Amino acid sequence: MNRSRIAAAAAALLVTGLAGATSAVAWEPTKAVEFIVPAGTGGGADQMARVLQGIIQKHELMKQPLVVINKAGGAGAEGFLDMKGSAGNPHKIVITLSNLFTTPLATGVPFKWDEMTPVAMLALDEFVLWVNAKSPYKTAKEYVDAVKDGGAAKFQMGGTGSKQEDQIITAAIEQQTGAKFTYVPYKGGGDVAAQLVGGHVTSSVNNPIEAVSQWRGGELRPLCVFDNQRIPLKEPVADGKSWNDIPTCKESGLDIEYLMLRGIFMPAKATADQVSFYVELFKKVRATPDWQDFMAKGAFNTTFLAGEEYRAWVAKEADRHRALMEKAGFLAK
Amino acid sequence: MDALFSLIHGFGVLADPMNIVYMFVGIFLGVLIGVLPGLGGANGVAILLPLTFSMSPTSAIIMLSSIYWGALFGGAITSILFNIPGEPWSVATTFDGYPLAQQGRAGEALAAAFTGSFLGAFFSTLLLTFLAPLVAKFALQFGPPEFFAVYLLTFCAFVGMGKEPAYKVIAAMMLGFALAAVGLDTVTGQLRMTFGSTELLRGFDFLVAVIGLFGVGEILLTMEEGLAFKGRSARIDLRVVLKVWKDMPKYAWTALRGAIVGAWMGITPGGATPASFMSYGLAKRFSKNGHKFGTGEVEGVIAPETAAHSAGTAALLPMLTLGIPGSPTAAVLLGGLLIWGLQPGPLLFVEQKDFVWGLIASIYLGNIAGLIVVLSTVPLFAAILRIPFSIIAPIILVICAVGAYTVHNALLDIAVMLVFGVLGYLFKKLQYPLAPLVLALVLGDMAESSFRQAMLVSQGSLSVFWSNPLVGSIVTLALLMLVWPLLSAAMASLKRGTPRVASGE
Repeated sequence: MNRSRIAAAAAALLVTGLAGATSAVAWEPTKAVEFIVPAGTGGGADQMARVLQGIIQKHELMKQPLVVINKAGGAGAEGFLDMKGSAGNPHKIVITLSNLFTTPLATGVPFKWDEMTPVAMLALDEFVLWVNAKSPYKTAKEYVDAVKDGGAAKFQMGGTGSKQEDQIITAAIEQQTGAKFTYVPYKGGGDVAAQLVGGHVTSSVNNPIEAVSQWRGGELRPLCVFDNQRIPLKEPVADGKSWNDIPTCKESGLDIEYLMLRGIFMPAKATADQVSFYVELFKKVRATPDWQDFMAKGAFNTTFLAGEEYRAWVAKEADRHRALMEKAGFLAK
Repeated sequence: MDALFSLIHGFGVLADPMNIVYMFVGIFLGVLIGVLPGLGGANGVAILLPLTFSMSPTSAIIMLSSIYWGALFGGAITSILFNIPGEPWSVATTFDGYPLAQQGRAGEALAAAFTGSFLGAFFSTLLLTFLAPLVAKFALQFGPPEFFAVYLLTFCAFVGMGKEPAYKVIAAMMLGFALAAVGLDTVTGQLRMTFGSTELLRGFDFLVAVIGLFGVGEILLTMEEGLAFKGRSARIDLRVVLKVWKDMPKYAWTALRGAIVGAWMGITPGGATPASFMSYGLAKRFSKNGHKFGTGEVEGVIAPETAAHSAGTAALLPMLTLGIPGSPTAAVLLGGLLIWGLQPGPLLFVEQKDFVWGLIASIYLGNIAGLIVVLSTVPLFAAILRIPFSIIAPIILVICAVGAYTVHNALLDIAVMLVFGVLGYLFKKLQYPLAPLVLALVLGDMAESSFRQAMLVSQGSLSVFWSNPLVGSIVTLALLMLVWPLLSAAMASLKRGTPRVASGE
């Protein structure tokens, strides 16, 4: 994992991107662009899509309107199959979450990421291990040790959906430490955070934005972040602590890394001109203060990738998901 | 009286004339969204959300929440006039609202629905103003077993009381459960009953089914009965409204019960749709006129409408204080909050006083404005009934089709709607009840997943449903309601001392 090098490359790319943002574009949308969200309204992907839509509209970054459409059926399979069936249509893009990899593997729906054209990685969503602030555990190690002693009857991990990112992380913790959780799937991240506050589960791996308000309210405690480096935001968030004060899980002896892709894809058979139009568009979005605000609020990992680098990253992640899910026994038979 | 001062401050925020303009624009749009089936509050708010990015957060939420109030009011209009629920939470309104319209009392039904809505919202807003922190704590008590208990209570409050034989009720309900199970199972992450079809991945949307079962089914029935609306002589003026208001004290208990049920379901968060069903069920059981429900009782309109609007308003509370949306529309509003840079959570009330109290003040004003808007448009809507059926029916069908399509932007849903229309017609002809099917379709999914979550947590032990006083009392109450008809029959026969015990059902 040389993400720091990728990040550096991305930063360099961003700088050159900003400099070259004014260059003329060879292709432009000629009608409204559909922005498919393979998840329901109100979730993380939906929020990001609507922020993008708002920024593009507010700063007039595109002449044609961008229309957000939710296709959440079958854990997002509906949205991806729609993309698969739209080969050659440049007026359609999709924002992905980890279900890009997990849904076809877990459900057997006939779809693979390379049946679409990768455009750009907008950001990576961090995952944090949270416990209720009333619980005695101050570090990930203390908590995992307690789970090892107590067993699945006493410790529950709440998460979003089944056989998706949250459960994959849970399975990875189990495989590495031998601890056993009862994994309880809920509909959305907000529900999970509230269930953890109410003491109905003992931990969660919520994204920062899903749990930050409860952290600030003194209800939840972050134990570690599933990244290979700490979140660089040093502004105090809660109790004088910043995102940067949360140790990585690796520092606490839990060598697990997991980040969720927030990336953009087009249908198959997109031309280079069409792809570069969207790449330039999202580079402009990234330069706006609104986007930077949004990134900081959600403590996102702001790595940006496009072109071959992005494709290679996605391919590697796809393999990693297959391996993780195979090990956990989550593959569809 | 901290809350009172804050509220007055909130009204001060509202005093900006632009905010008042946004409020009225929002309500008009909302009523329109509510009237069109399929284009629900959540969709409507989501579509208009980007428009608000250039406004201040306070103005934006005032406009968007006004859309929501408008939709809550507007949902009742088509339910009563055409038996087509404009919104999921107005399904229960059709049960008595439509018969009333057929008797030529559409104006009364509409006036009652709007007044009930207003009272429900007012109740929840008072709660929001004075008890917010306390109530938010209560919502946190709800884990999977508690959620299941609430759904069970909804089913039990509704079932076992109809005129139809029990086997028909159960058959309809089981069909509803089966349809609700199609699609992705959230607990195992597996697809169920999709038979490899892409279109079935989404499952059967409750709204599409309801538009078909009620709207299209009704048109088929009317065609058979000679292409005539029965409610042609609807006479609407201020006198009708005043008459309904004069009768309101008679329904005080029903309204209060509806408001309490609604507030509770909005906070927990069960949502406006189950709240309206539960309130209707309870009213049917406890009202003196309960046996006449379904034939056109004003009380049967007030019960679900009060609860739906009360729940819709109360749903904002968990959204603001906990960041959990109590309804799909609240979920979209929540996304809006984050975009405007507001972080919902326990600290919102402390850090964003202007915003929170401006919003609460706008609920008061928005609902008063909403009531005025909808009441003054009642004659307009009722006038639609005077248009000959042969002209209006195709228009309704088109609106139904557009509505069914809008829910998921899927063409197949129009076909699904038509199939449900035929099903609705057959149900009516064979005298099977539609309500249990609809109830199972809308709640089956949620009831199932909370039951299985509870089983996961308890390692498969049913005792979890009596593990604390809260869940124990709800479950016990639910079971009691389920067997109440049997119990009361048994008691009655014991009293009379007749040897023949109540037979069978």
